Amino acid sequence: MNHDFSELEGILARYPKAPASLVMLLQDIQEAYNYLPCEALQQVADELKVPHSQVFSVATFYKVFSLTPKGRTIVRVCKGTACHVRGAQLITDECERLLGLRPGETADDLEFTLEVVNCVGACAMAPVVVVGEKYHGAVKPNRVRKVLGVKRC
Amino acid sequence: MLIESVAALRARQAELSELWAGLERRVLVCAGTGCVAGGALEVHAALTQATEESALDVSLELSSCADRDGPGGTLLVESGCHGFCELGPLVHILPDDILYTRVRPKDAAAIVEKTLGAGEVIDRLLYKDPVSKEPRQGHGEMGFYAHQKRVVLARCGEVSPASLDSYLATGGFCALATALDTLTPEEVLREVEQSGLRGRGGGGFSTGRKWRSALRAREARPDSRLHVICNGDEGDPGAFMDRSIMEGDPFAVLEGMALGAFALGSTRGYIYVRHEYPLAVRRLERAIAVLRDAGLLGERILGCDFSFDLELTRGGGAFVCGESSALMRSIEGKPGEPRAKYTHSTDRGLFDEPTVLNNVETWALVPYIVDHGAAHFAAIGTERSPGTKAFSLVGKVNNTGLVEVPMGTTLRRIIFEIGGGIQKGRAFKAVQTGGPSGGCLPAEKLDLPVDFDTLTAAGSMMGSGGMIVMDERTCMVDVAKYFIDFLMGESCGKCVPCREGLGQLSSLLAQVTRGEGSESLLSKVESLAETMELASLCALGRSAPNPVLSTLAYFRDEYLQHIEKQRCPAGVCKALVTYRITEACTGCEACRKACPVGAITGEKKVLHVIDDALCTRCGACEAVCAFDAVLVE
Repeated sequence: MNHDFSELEGILARYPKAPASLVMLLQDIQEAYNYLPCEALQQVADELKVPHSQVFSVATFYKVFSLTPKGRTIVRVCKGTACHVRGAQLITDECERLLGLRPGETADDLEFTLEVVNCVGACAMAPVVVVGEKYHGAVKPNRVRKVLGVKRC
Repeated sequence: MLIESVAALRARQAELSELWAGLERRVLVCAGTGCVAGGALEVHAALTQATEESALDVSLELSSCADRDGPGGTLLVESGCHGFCELGPLVHILPDDILYTRVRPKDAAAIVEKTLGAGEVIDRLLYKDPVSKEPRQGHGEMGFYAHQKRVVLARCGEVSPASLDSYLATGGFCALATALDTLTPEEVLREVEQSGLRGRGGGGFSTGRKWRSALRAREARPDSRLHVICNGDEGDPGAFMDRSIMEGDPFAVLEGMALGAFALGSTRGYIYVRHEYPLAVRRLERAIAVLRDAGLLGERILGCDFSFDLELTRGGGAFVCGESSALMRSIEGKPGEPRAKYTHSTDRGLFDEPTVLNNVETWALVPYIVDHGAAHFAAIGTERSPGTKAFSLVGKVNNTGLVEVPMGTTLRRIIFEIGGGIQKGRAFKAVQTGGPSGGCLPAEKLDLPVDFDTLTAAGSMMGSGGMIVMDERTCMVDVAKYFIDFLMGESCGKCVPCREGLGQLSSLLAQVTRGEGSESLLSKVESLAETMELASLCALGRSAPNPVLSTLAYFRDEYLQHIEKQRCPAGVCKALVTYRITEACTGCEACRKACPVGAITGEKKVLHVIDDALCTRCGACEAVCAFDAVLVE
């Protein structure tokens, strides 16, 4: 995938050029590009003067990072305990079925990524599905289609 | 606005407190994550517009109340979490104590005209008691609030979290002012020691003792710096106390850290917040910027010989980073892997220097202790667990939300008096406390007082304060498997007992949920759990078997029913349940339309039938049935 990496300079300038900035830098890059492009990782390693292996190790340790592009809309099904006891598994199954994706997968057309997340801290509204930035509470299996805004099956 | 001295701060506090006291009315729109999701910001916008169009004297900021001729007027703000998230968006009107629930933007005009204008209460927006169905006007009439004691949550829902003025007007920074002009660092430290405060993050370690050991470690290494860290990586699923505090009263957390830094001679602090809490990150970043502008963070705070600044680090979505040594590695820009505990972080923590790491709630309690004195704090709660504790009361309970009670309150009181009992009148089965490291306690433990030591003795733990209530429709095997799978995904993989043990436990429990195996499988589970407890490197692995062991101890029969009778009594384990429609069916066709796979047949007013071969057990039919005619067994 080809990118315009002009934004990268700006991101690199936000933090001190020290190894401690690594996680924060990668977070900003993830946010800007929706994933961590290989070229960006190399540049980060060179700028911070940390081994490429360490950058790779951080990039693969934390869940927020992805080495492949994520979809334009990220669907996050909360699987915190409160959501779990109020039926999050049924909601996850329904999302999988409607989107044709397993948790962690991205559609080929990059429209959706389906993620199952630990807890979004909105436990009183359980079960919760976050579509993009929007939180949906008290979701029932038959409402999933509407929440996702999908027609396809 | 820069505040240049302690005297100037006190003058400003006095001025703002007077404005605050002179307010005729405060209208608080809850802007916690729950209510925002329900549309609270639109409600606030609609109320703002409606007040502008009215002749009422309404201000959106405390300072602008000063511009008017006389005192009084109404302050309309977005506040932090009110705690009663179940019925959001909430609007609370003080001092009338009128709480409106599930408010929509279209209700704004009526609220402004009737309640603010004419002093009338709008009945349809009030909370209805789940049992008597009677409307309840405000906090004073609601069991949910009446039985709470709010200390750390006192300001959440009472003030605008963005407003330093409101924080100052309600006693904020009094503690730091007192520390800077009348107390020595040693006196602040001794106050915290004598309060008996124990860490609210889960372990319950004495905060004073932690501070003291870090100070000693630093004295032994004069060339080193001492760091203070706030652990806002609230990873326990089902817990959101820290999120609500960071979102609802960010200045209290920061003041607590500044007091800690003063006591410990630290100049550098870090606050680590999980990235799943974007609103908390934004509010804290803003609060830090506001404090820097006011001269309450940075070089020579209030012109005194005390400098302290802090930076915010966002987590990367790793549960293990809630563990202190892993969190410190993460701040250093490394993968968050814990290390063995024989080196204490108070000795060699962040950047290998002495470090004090406390949880959000712990830090937020420090100003209260310095302000009111150790004895006052120690008098709340129990002797060995002083103070209050915030809990997120969630799951199958009527009033879900954020609650704060004195330590020693019984589980029964929290679940039945504050929580209003179990949803749909079902039977209580268990309450899970302590997150994935905790356990499930059955009905016979309901009268236990909630404190650090009692919960541990009962096979669970306090943890950070998640309290998940389960009813007869919750399968305990499924819950145990849920936690094991959760931890399997979150194990950092560094040590074998945790990494491999969790995988094996998960597959054994999966067998139980499919009705396979025999009783010997359970003893295999127990011996595996014992090995993990003894041999894992960090607390994540050592406490991981707790949910399995506690459910086995209290709900062994349910495990046996799965294995011996291939039955899931709660109707959860998909491999063991069938969906059936009973005679109660009125033939309304709701389930037939809801079924995503077309497994239900039946005509209008005729009993419907589920084709078991097609049924995916998705639960859609049960969710839509208004007559409880769908039986899961």
